[in-house]
Amino acid sequence: MTPEERIAELLRALPTPPKGWVEAAKELPAAHRGLATLVERIEHDERLRADAVADLEALLQAEGVEPTSAVVAHLRRRLAG
Amino acid sequence: MQPRLDTATDTELVALCRVGDDRAWTELVDRYARYVHAIASRVYRLPHTDAEDVFQEVFARIYERLDSLRDDGALRPWIAQTARRCSVDALRRSGRELSVAAPPEGVDESLARLDEALAVRAALEDLSPECREVLDRFFCRDESYLTIGVELELPAGTIASRISRCLVRLKDRLEPGRKLGARASGGKMDDNR
Repeated sequence: MTPEERIAELLRALPTPPKGWVEAAKELPAAHRGLATLVERIEHDERLRADAVADLEALLQAEGVEPTSAVVAHLRRRLAG
Repeated sequence: MQPRLDTATDTELVALCRVGDDRAWTELVDRYARYVHAIASRVYRLPHTDAEDVFQEVFARIYERLDSLRDDGALRPWIAQTARRCSVDALRRSGRELSVAAPPEGVDESLARLDEALAVRAALEDLSPECREVLDRFFCRDESYLTIGVELELPAGTIASRISRCLVRLKDRLEPGRKLGARASGGKMDDNR
């Protein structure tokens, strides 16, 4: 294998991820800031907390937040902690 | 004037992320998105949906736990370790048998190869925009000469010769005398500058 072929192989080893995945990851800081208020409300409102435990995705949708896997995972960790 | 982040070291990026610089976080994601994607989808061969979950989980953990990183220059191995753990968790959730003590064959070798690929990727970023684009389209996005030619309004033959020429330039950009195939550090990391 020539060095150029090896370089080509290594370039192929890192494929471009879907754009939506990358954009969602980039939005984490803004998402976290936006969720801070909701987390606070959940922590101080037993009924809201029960809703979160029962169906977190539905609660997020009701609050106007898209329940992406990153957002749901973040909230679950926050609420478990 | 704000500093350029694409040339910042990992240490500098982590420090900026810690003080809430969203641009630094964006650069960190750009720098390591391919790496995390490759670990989930190529090394652990997770299906698309699981790979996406792992991808988001890894960056969420990194973002939330940046304060716990003891050595800011060790961002890449930390990301690799996090991606491995998340991928193993995804395999377990999917019901596939997997022992942590016996990960899929060749994982360590595959990760070493990805580290080397990151170094090549970092060198690619130093090439001209024309070279970056044509190499990225052809090798990373798997576009054909024809597709690239249509997009760039150039004959397919010109695309082929440009790819060949840019590959040589990329080889020259890599450390002189560096033997490809040896384990290398990747990305714009402190030990690579």
